[in-house]
Amino acid sequence: MIISLDHYLIVAALLFAIGSIGIFLNRRNVIVILMSIELILLAVNVNFVAFSQYLGDLVGQVFSLFVLTVAAAEAAIGLAILVVYFRNRGDISVGEIPLMKG
Amino acid sequence: MLNITVLLFYVFSGVLLMAALMVVTSRNTVHGALFLIVAFFNAAGLFVLAGAEFLAMILVVVYVGAVAVLFLFVVMMLNIDLGEIRQNIKSYSLMGALIGGVLLAELLLMGIGWHTSPEAFDLTTAPMTGLNVSNTQALGNLLYTHYALAFQGAGLILLVAMIGAIVLTLRHREGVRRQKVGDQQARQAKDSLRLVDIPSGSGV
Repeated sequence: MIISLDHYLIVAALLFAIGSIGIFLNRRNVIVILMSIELILLAVNVNFVAFSQYLGDLVGQVFSLFVLTVAAAEAAIGLAILVVYFRNRGDISVGEIPLMKG
Repeated sequence: MLNITVLLFYVFSGVLLMAALMVVTSRNTVHGALFLIVAFFNAAGLFVLAGAEFLAMILVVVYVGAVAVLFLFVVMMLNIDLGEIRQNIKSYSLMGALIGGVLLAELLLMGIGWHTSPEAFDLTTAPMTGLNVSNTQALGNLLYTHYALAFQGAGLILLVAMIGAIVLTLRHREGVRRQKVGDQQARQAKDSLRLVDIPSGSGV
């Protein structure tokens, strides 16, 4: 028995599903929603790396690196917005976020 | 017969999925952030198994060292009422399970009817076979030549994110004395120094 591409794809699909369930499950806590987005991006990275190994092509790993960069930037900006939102409102529920409209 | 690679794959992916599930469902957000770190470590293990050592190390350094710690900082900085947050998780769980189930079913349906085109292997732009260098060196050779512009763009994204995060969270509170460098530099001797000629014996 050997680890094939399908094994990685199934793990990534399950991780992606867990991440998207997490977005709906934690509607009152934006921090967990951001963590779920990180999990989804991690699933994408697993797919990139698995295909890179399967096809013998290094470009998949290069793009995985760029996904990592964007994920880090997104986490920083998202948490900064969250801190400002918490200062203004005193909680981090998603429900009242439309109030931020100008 | 199980060999060590297969065993490691199942351990890493099993712990990864369990940790991801705990991130999503844990009651305490701090525990969620800690489980996120566990998930990232196991994903790094999967990357090593797939032959991407450099990405695995980057995952540990960037995600565990920076992003997860950032999450922990924010969780501890904000004083969140956990009891209120947990109130109506029941009402969302059905919806979440439904959408997650549909998504997973779609992905698995895709997986069943999927096959690789035979031409796909001829279309590789940076083949790994025949390279006598380590994964890190091969990635560097590619990243600093063909993808140099995209690499610069990634650096620019990080710069914008850094400036954006600072600008968003910077605030000037009332009643806090701050150093004003411009005023300090503009201060002249004649504004602050006064020479008084005091006659002897009279005092100030």
